[in-house]
Amino acid sequence: MPGKITTKQRLQIGRQKMPEQNSAARASNFEEVNLGFTEQLALLEADRCLQCKDPRCIKGCPVSVNIPRFLDLLAQGRVADAAQSLLDDNALPGITGRVCPQETQCEVECVRGAKGQPVGIGYLERYVADWARTHRDELAARTTLSARTSQLKRPADRPLADLAVRTPRKGVAIVGSGPSGLTAAGELTRRGYDVTIYEALHKPGGVLVYGIPEFRLPKKIVAQEVQRLQESGVKIECNTVIGRTYTVPELRERFDAVFIANGAGLPVFMNVPGENLKGVYSANEYLTRVNLMAAWQFPRSDTPVLQGRRVAVVGGGNVAMDSVRTAKRLGAREAIIVYRRTRNELPARTEEVHHAEEEGIAFEFLTAPVEVLGNDKRWVTGLKCIRMKLGAPDASGRARPEPVAGSEFVLACDVVVVAIGTRANPLLTATCPELKLNKYGNIIVDESGMTNLPGVFAGGDIVRGAATVILAMGDGKRAAAAMDEFLTKV
Amino acid sequence: MTWTSRQRAETARTFIVMHTILTRQQLSPNVTRLDVRASRIAQIRQPGQFVIVRRADDSERIPLTIADADPTAGSIALVIQSVGKSTGDLVALQPGDAVRDIVGPLGHATELIATGRALCIGGGVGTAVVHPIAQGLHRRGVKVTSIIGGRSKEWVIFERELQQLGEVVVCTDDGSYGRKGFVTDAAKEIIAAGGVDIVYAVGPVPMMRAVVGLTRPAGVATIVSLNPVMIDGTGMCGGCRVTVGNETRFACVDGPEFDGLQVNFEELQDRLSTYREFEQRALACAKDACQLEPAR
Repeated sequence: MPGKITTKQRLQIGRQKMPEQNSAARASNFEEVNLGFTEQLALLEADRCLQCKDPRCIKGCPVSVNIPRFLDLLAQGRVADAAQSLLDDNALPGITGRVCPQETQCEVECVRGAKGQPVGIGYLERYVADWARTHRDELAARTTLSARTSQLKRPADRPLADLAVRTPRKGVAIVGSGPSGLTAAGELTRRGYDVTIYEALHKPGGVLVYGIPEFRLPKKIVAQEVQRLQESGVKIECNTVIGRTYTVPELRERFDAVFIANGAGLPVFMNVPGENLKGVYSANEYLTRVNLMAAWQFPRSDTPVLQGRRVAVVGGGNVAMDSVRTAKRLGAREAIIVYRRTRNELPARTEEVHHAEEEGIAFEFLTAPVEVLGNDKRWVTGLKCIRMKLGAPDASGRARPEPVAGSEFVLACDVVVVAIGTRANPLLTATCPELKLNKYGNIIVDESGMTNLPGVFAGGDIVRGAATVILAMGDGKRAAAAMDEFLTKV
Repeated sequence: MTWTSRQRAETARTFIVMHTILTRQQLSPNVTRLDVRASRIAQIRQPGQFVIVRRADDSERIPLTIADADPTAGSIALVIQSVGKSTGDLVALQPGDAVRDIVGPLGHATELIATGRALCIGGGVGTAVVHPIAQGLHRRGVKVTSIIGGRSKEWVIFERELQQLGEVVVCTDDGSYGRKGFVTDAAKEIIAAGGVDIVYAVGPVPMMRAVVGLTRPAGVATIVSLNPVMIDGTGMCGGCRVTVGNETRFACVDGPEFDGLQVNFEELQDRLSTYREFEQRALACAKDACQLEPAR
């Protein structure tokens, strides 16, 4: 075991690079792009953490992972303790370690970023989570012990094992098995509640299985994280649509509390002529076909997807990047992002944009579609676009794109994927009219995550509109704590 | 009590519901009725609603209207026309087999009129969709006349069931049973005779379009049930979008039934052909048991 190293020594270590699959090879396969740290790289990177007295990275994390603690344990080579520490704070570290925008959350707060590069917190989270996944027995053996004796206590500062015994087994229903629902389920189960998740699709995971592609988040990892929750006692009932199979008032009768995390849902279309031609997809449909229904394996799987030669993806967020990189992997000669602002305004994660560029994705910036063009058989042949220029900042603070008169042109393509956002799905809320919604149909909650109905909480995209996995998880964690408090009182 | 991982996994597994096939009936040369266990859906389904069925892992999600239900037995009736690989796989199931997933009931219930007279028109497998609508109307005391049709006698389905709900006019293309001609021929006469308050029409797109061609000039309200390509059935994918009254609607959550006078049938028919080539490839591959190479 190496002795303690000095701050000066720590400062001399540069940020370790994430090993990646070669960009030419990966553009035609669905295997994960980031390969993960080796043990050596992980320990070296963990040593870069200065163990600040007042760690700002924790405040940057929507689920408040005690980052310096798990990095310290990791740097000491105590990877099992690091895993235990991480799992205590975050129910889905293998997922967040892959899809969180660390660069705008924990890592942006890291003091090492002021001079040089921040600690690779996301990469290390992934490393520790993957270790935990592949060393389950080792970890399980120590769980009971650590809950009783370890210093690794939760902010709630009550030993969880005791809590589980003390609390009567109250039942909680969770609507949706996406990141928010899974996180809340994990937290509530550990607090001793009897948790049942209702999932509309045939597989648990929500956006983690239908939305985020295999090459960014392997489905095997989602399945294993879900299984870990199931083994801890979480029940998941798939094929159950709340708003159809059961309603929220029915759940409220059968359970002591309800957490609604059914996601955003309905895709937004551009509302331009030609949008119902054959070859136009919402990103939701395109990604669901490929990810959930495994259309990339057709005809081995039964669900097909149109494989364009030139695929235009409209939008600049993470979903747009996922779609365009999927198109490339499905064999598109050209896969093009059509975005109305410039590269600087792209809402997608920097890493995703970077990966897309490396994979040969083309970008049409300052471009907005005005019409989808088709042939006499009503198949898509192109996207009529207009060039934009950036004007004065709008309400979101970003420069408002304005059309340049007379700049129309045709972008030839045979598949169009519309990735410009989603809006609230009214399926659930329509069958629970007492629930207070805002003008966009999103559920209104207080700071604790409770809706206007006592005992009914909500979080994730159905509250926020389209946001990120980690923000949804943060809502799940916060709501779980609030539900615990609510259920302890009643 | 401490549970082992295995015990917990087993407990979790018991929540998987088995959708067993209870009975299987061949209704016509390519239409099969499967009565499948789905007790919750059997209890709460309403006329016009549908389920999405997935036969096995790697199977497609197929939307199917609930043709009938037996709340006591906890079963729903699915009537399936075998047109491709996925539907072919489904109808190959025998009693005792199970389908992997059933989700529902989805979509809105039929808007049933409260009094008066309804004309229910069913073409081919659409007759099975008309059946629960006629049931609902009959239960309310609405007078029901049904017109059902098929190529020839052996293609006529649900005649006996519909007879229990009112008068039934059977049409066959070749005249081998009932009257010779299309359902629209019979519909034309009945509508012209007057007294029809509403028409419910379900069948192939050209049939529904032809029915609307009759009811529009006659000024008779017409409800049609649409079956576009669909994946999740909860509004998430938008693949089932149809144009109704110049507005894009999602058949899964806004429908599946719409005002027939407002539907853009041409677009619907066209969108239904999107995956024709893929369907043929899937069938060919299944028949030849060919080397299944992922499409690339």
